[in-house]
Amino acid sequence: MLDAVDRQIVTALQAGMPLTTRPWLDLALDLGLAESEILSRLKAMKEDGIIRRVAAVPNHYKLGVTANGMSVWNVEDAFVDELGAQIGALKFVSHCYRRPRALPDWPYNLFAMIHGSTRDEVAEKAKIIEDLTRDKCDGWDILYSSAILKKTGLRLAKR
Amino acid sequence: MQDAAQKRQAIANQDTQRQVKSLRLDLDDIDRALINHLQDGLDLVEEPYRAIAKAFHLSQPELFERIQRLLDLGIFSRFGPMFDADKMGGKFCLCAIKVPWERYDDVTDIVNAHEEVAHNYKRDHILNMWFVIGSDREGAIEEVARKIEAESGLEVLLFPKEREFFISLKIEV
Repeated sequence: MLDAVDRQIVTALQAGMPLTTRPWLDLALDLGLAESEILSRLKAMKEDGIIRRVAAVPNHYKLGVTANGMSVWNVEDAFVDELGAQIGALKFVSHCYRRPRALPDWPYNLFAMIHGSTRDEVAEKAKIIEDLTRDKCDGWDILYSSAILKKTGLRLAKR
Repeated sequence: MQDAAQKRQAIANQDTQRQVKSLRLDLDDIDRALINHLQDGLDLVEEPYRAIAKAFHLSQPELFERIQRLLDLGIFSRFGPMFDADKMGGKFCLCAIKVPWERYDDVTDIVNAHEEVAHNYKRDHILNMWFVIGSDREGAIEEVARKIEAESGLEVLLFPKEREFFISLKIEV
């Protein structure tokens, strides 16, 4: 868990890190901390998995990966975990989750995000999942996203 | 379902071609290589950009200029540490609303105005708005969902993850 200083660092970095030769020094000056303390805390957070990596987050759409299909599957509860593991391991699936159904409108309990440059490509990939789930699946759909309305990532509220 | 999906596909394919074409005009080879490379991550050192600049035969200011441009173009949505909300004691929850199309813009504003809404996507379904509420504050997800319901007069369906199977995607350009 984060202590108050970690939290201060996370909050300051949520919108991104400085593009300067010594970004941690600049952050340190802003926060009234030492550069070495920022670095050691960031390293500890990386070690703990709180920081996945320090990197660029691309916008799929702008990179031509415009067909972003949320495939959703109504699979038998007894097989959902086994199928989830198989589907999640497919290269073209970025996220795969088991979620509750919301009956009557929403019978699906397995979500797998499929990315491709065209919807044809996504639909082809969904066929592969359909083959995997065939006799254990009672209906599926693909919801394409037609626009990103917001994408900021998690923002911790300032305290 | 499949017929409608095919029709939607045809339209989407045209869009894709257009976007890819316009994008190609804006990026040179260095940009493309940077996009691939910068998704892998920087080391946590005092001068994290030095090694990258050197590898790309750029000065650091030139590198910053290129990264800033990719941010300005929206090709990168952000640049910096990627935090795992779960490990910070935070929770994410996928939510959906059935929004009447004539109110879509207004409801988008209502939902996006909440700081805890991390992503929001328009999707082709009766449930046509799908967003993620993320927070490290206890009870925040339900609280934000109820606020959005009060402000919009629409039901917010919650789809918390019960199990995660895999997360990874790198886009090569």
